[in-house]
Amino acid sequence: MTLTITKIAENLAAGRCSSRELVDDVLARIKTHAVLNAFITLDEEAARRHAEAADRARRAGGAGILAGVPIAHKDIFCTAGVKTTCASRMLADFVPPYDATVVRKMKAAGCIMVGKTNMDEFAMGSSNETSHFGPVRNPWDRDRVPGGSSGGSAAAVAGRLVPAATGTDTGGSIRQPAALCGITGLKPSYGRVSRYGLVAFASSLDQAGPMAQTAEDCAHLLAAMAGFDEHDATSLDVPVPDYAAQLGGDLKGLRIGVVAEHFADGVEPKVAEALREALREYERQGARLVDVSLPNSAHAVPCYYVLAPAEASSNLARYDGVRYGFRAPEYQDIEDMYKKTRSQGFGPEVKRRIMVGTYALSAGYYDAYYVKALRLRRLIADDFARAFERCDILAGPVSPSTAFPLGAKNTDPVSMYLNDIFTIPINLAGLPALSLPAGFAGGLPVGLQLVGRYLDEARLLNAAHRFQQATDWHTRVPAGF
Amino acid sequence: MRRINVAIGLTALDAKDIEKVAHLARLGLSGPEREAYAQELSRILDLVSQMNAVATDGVEPMTHPDAAGLRLRSDAVADEIDRERLLAVAPQTRDGLYLVPRVIE
Amino acid sequence: MEWETVIGLEVHAQLKTRSKIFSASPTAYGAAPNTQANVVDAAFPGVLPVLNGEVVRMAARFGLAIGATVHTRSVFARKNYFYPDLPKGYQISQYEHPIVERGRLVITTPAGEKTIGITRAHLEEDAGKSLHEDMDGFTGIDLNRAGTPLLEIVSEPDMRSATEAVAYLKTLHTLVRYLDICDGNMQEGSFRCDANVSVRPFGQARFGTRAELKNINSFRFVERAIDYEVRRQIALLSAGGQVRQETRLYDSARDETRSMRSKEEANDYRYFPDPDLPALVLTEAFLAEVKDAMPELPDAKRRRLGAEYGLSAYDAGVLTASRELAQYYEDAVAAAGVDPKLVANWVTGELAARLNEDGLDITNSRVMAPALAGLLRRIADGTVSGKAAKDVFEAMWAGEGDADAVIAARGLRQISDDFAIEEVVRQVIAANPKQLAQYRSGEEKVFTFFVGQTMKASRGKANPAKVNEILKRLLAP
Repeated sequence: MTLTITKIAENLAAGRCSSRELVDDVLARIKTHAVLNAFITLDEEAARRHAEAADRARRAGGAGILAGVPIAHKDIFCTAGVKTTCASRMLADFVPPYDATVVRKMKAAGCIMVGKTNMDEFAMGSSNETSHFGPVRNPWDRDRVPGGSSGGSAAAVAGRLVPAATGTDTGGSIRQPAALCGITGLKPSYGRVSRYGLVAFASSLDQAGPMAQTAEDCAHLLAAMAGFDEHDATSLDVPVPDYAAQLGGDLKGLRIGVVAEHFADGVEPKVAEALREALREYERQGARLVDVSLPNSAHAVPCYYVLAPAEASSNLARYDGVRYGFRAPEYQDIEDMYKKTRSQGFGPEVKRRIMVGTYALSAGYYDAYYVKALRLRRLIADDFARAFERCDILAGPVSPSTAFPLGAKNTDPVSMYLNDIFTIPINLAGLPALSLPAGFAGGLPVGLQLVGRYLDEARLLNAAHRFQQATDWHTRVPAGF
Repeated sequence: MRRINVAIGLTALDAKDIEKVAHLARLGLSGPEREAYAQELSRILDLVSQMNAVATDGVEPMTHPDAAGLRLRSDAVADEIDRERLLAVAPQTRDGLYLVPRVIE
Repeated sequence: MEWETVIGLEVHAQLKTRSKIFSASPTAYGAAPNTQANVVDAAFPGVLPVLNGEVVRMAARFGLAIGATVHTRSVFARKNYFYPDLPKGYQISQYEHPIVERGRLVITTPAGEKTIGITRAHLEEDAGKSLHEDMDGFTGIDLNRAGTPLLEIVSEPDMRSATEAVAYLKTLHTLVRYLDICDGNMQEGSFRCDANVSVRPFGQARFGTRAELKNINSFRFVERAIDYEVRRQIALLSAGGQVRQETRLYDSARDETRSMRSKEEANDYRYFPDPDLPALVLTEAFLAEVKDAMPELPDAKRRRLGAEYGLSAYDAGVLTASRELAQYYEDAVAAAGVDPKLVANWVTGELAARLNEDGLDITNSRVMAPALAGLLRRIADGTVSGKAAKDVFEAMWAGEGDADAVIAARGLRQISDDFAIEEVVRQVIAANPKQLAQYRSGEEKVFTFFVGQTMKASRGKANPAKVNEILKRLLAP
């Protein structure tokens, strides 16, 4: 299963394999590599059944490129009849009665869901260590984290357990694990992909996106996921381009904005070097590097750690043990039920963020923290707008370092938070960005981040695609996979 | 990248502050947890306080990416009610109602 | 000491939409528990609110009707608190930026007209219902009402008596029904009222400490609750005590207000803009459209009816108490083609009394406007007397058919034939020589005796005008 979706589709179309065989292979690989802990739930029986149906449908003709392709969904997307845990004890046994729009749309495109991937609890984390179901391990080094929060999806694709998986990205949760696992992951523009059925972390920042081996695969997946949804008031009612059809244009004259500081201070030298080499490849292809500046992004982490926890503290108030999910086994009265249910149902990082968010919104602190952060958010977004007057895309690091060892940062929340310095500003601005494999440092993958103008996913995907035509970083497979 | 210096102890939360916040959030915390959270939250708030380095007077707050406008739905009823399915996942129900410990009014 | 009462009212008007404010669930009242709630209302993980455009239209219509500013930008916020019938753990409500601000309503009391300021009106969702009765120590939660659209209308503290408060409420109640944005059903909770009441010594500029009275679900109770509360506060202050700022519940059975168990843990609702709902932006075109579709408002209708039909201010007021009643009246006038004042007398008289007796609304009157018009035509053309018409109306009400059918079946046709009436009059005069002598000697009040006798002899069917005319002629010496 080292094949890309594009290749799989060719094979299926040519009758060289069946969807059922693919699904069997995928399920076998997931079990072989169970040590990665990439999955929380497998839906084997349904996956096989759907694969057989896809094979029958294919014989009838008219199958799309994703028809019969096995994929995995991050366990944050509600799946009708299939457990959706959000990696939390709170939802450990929760079976939603409905599909998230992303799930529905990908089903309609013919994707076969084999299971639900592990993640940080409620997507709160950058290492996948906050999962109620234990950490995911990085296929490149099992003693290291895969990144988070979409760590299970990243590890599953990196280990070639599945050709593709979905992720969500609130502050870097697609791009950072994609970088740390050496795969391609795209966070679309805010509003591009429906959030309906995606268990909310921070509503004004959350966005779902594809994680796969290549930008070309991501293009196909995004086309299936994206689009207007009447169930999401922030969903954009604009046409979805045929992203894959727009791949291939050369990069001559493409202006790539680079923030000089992002390649120096605070970034591991070997990571910076790999990224500089990636930029040279772009220059070889005719792109031009332009110096830009994003001064306010230096304060994006503090800004984010007000806004995201504030929204989360409210979004997670619904987990009260009344209508679904965990309820503490013993309690005195309703107040006691709330407190026991929530303190037993949520893990430490989730509680920490609920506390921070509650504090930031509480009387006397609202203006100093929350409103201040909203104003800063505007300044951060304005910086991007100014930068994009001088360039077409931005390029830089995804993460200051490669995958760090399990346990290295989870005792210090603040150092963990600072890890997301390069990804967070993009969520605050609502822009599209992707991470693509751009080399290795100390045997571990390095991700290059490309950031685009609002709704300019096609240009990003093409820039990544052209890079992947000229390099083979994205084809590297960790030893043992 | 400008380094963020995490100064410690600028924002000191005590166990009482934590208890108040925990109550608002309906989180039951043990004594040691309160102590731990007091320290961690103080550190996080120190980090957060670095926002103050930026002058934001007169800047319009940004709650959403600008392109996001509010879309409205038409006043139509959709046939998507299924009490059985709704209540099937509830911890405790009776006669079509969710059940909770008696709430004194 | 002389005390002045200060009252401000907060009204929650349930908007008359088919579906809920943020979901496509129906809003019908009285359904089995949790059969009007979907995954959005029950706040399942991952669900999102999508605003019902109709509630925006209704709020804008209200804002324009009260001469308020309808903001082209308003914001939905989250009010965070835990309660088992609040599924999301927050209520979506407009807080800092409501859709409607600074309007006014003119009320009429025996003392004259008065303008009451309306501070704001904002959109929000209702919570579910907690049931405590017969639950064996549990509370049952029904989410049918969760997500029902509400317009919260907040007045200025401009009212100075319970009478004014009731007048304001009635005027508002009439208005929202005119605008067709609320059914006004107080029993079902479609029109709920909280009152902020305080007292202060006359001449003092500063307001006294107020109590918020909740749970007042009829006009009568509003008056009683406020009166009770004012007496309580005055007694308290007069005895050197202090009024506590608190929420009090009105108990209609005991006719008193009492403090709600003081959970005076200062509530910190942590309002913030709802990140699922970007700002609501209205275009000028939308507002113009709402303005164009605005129905005639009660005040304008009252003035028009008075001028157009020559009605007294009182009658015009009564007839425009609801849009449906005014419609009935105008339909009847158009169909009858008789003196509009006669129509007004009947609608505000017989018809109103009968409706009231049977507890019916004008929309389900047993005698509809065209039928009443049929009867009024027969009065006007002299077919029946006014007195007999009342019997005809009763029969019509009882379902015995239209006016002509009843008149025919019951033989109530009025005798207008001069010869026949003259015959009866002659007999009456002949039978009463003593009274005749009195009349002819100048005792003119005996005339009414002869009228009475003649009507009696004709079993009420004689046309009174003719009876008068003929009596005068034949009694003359």
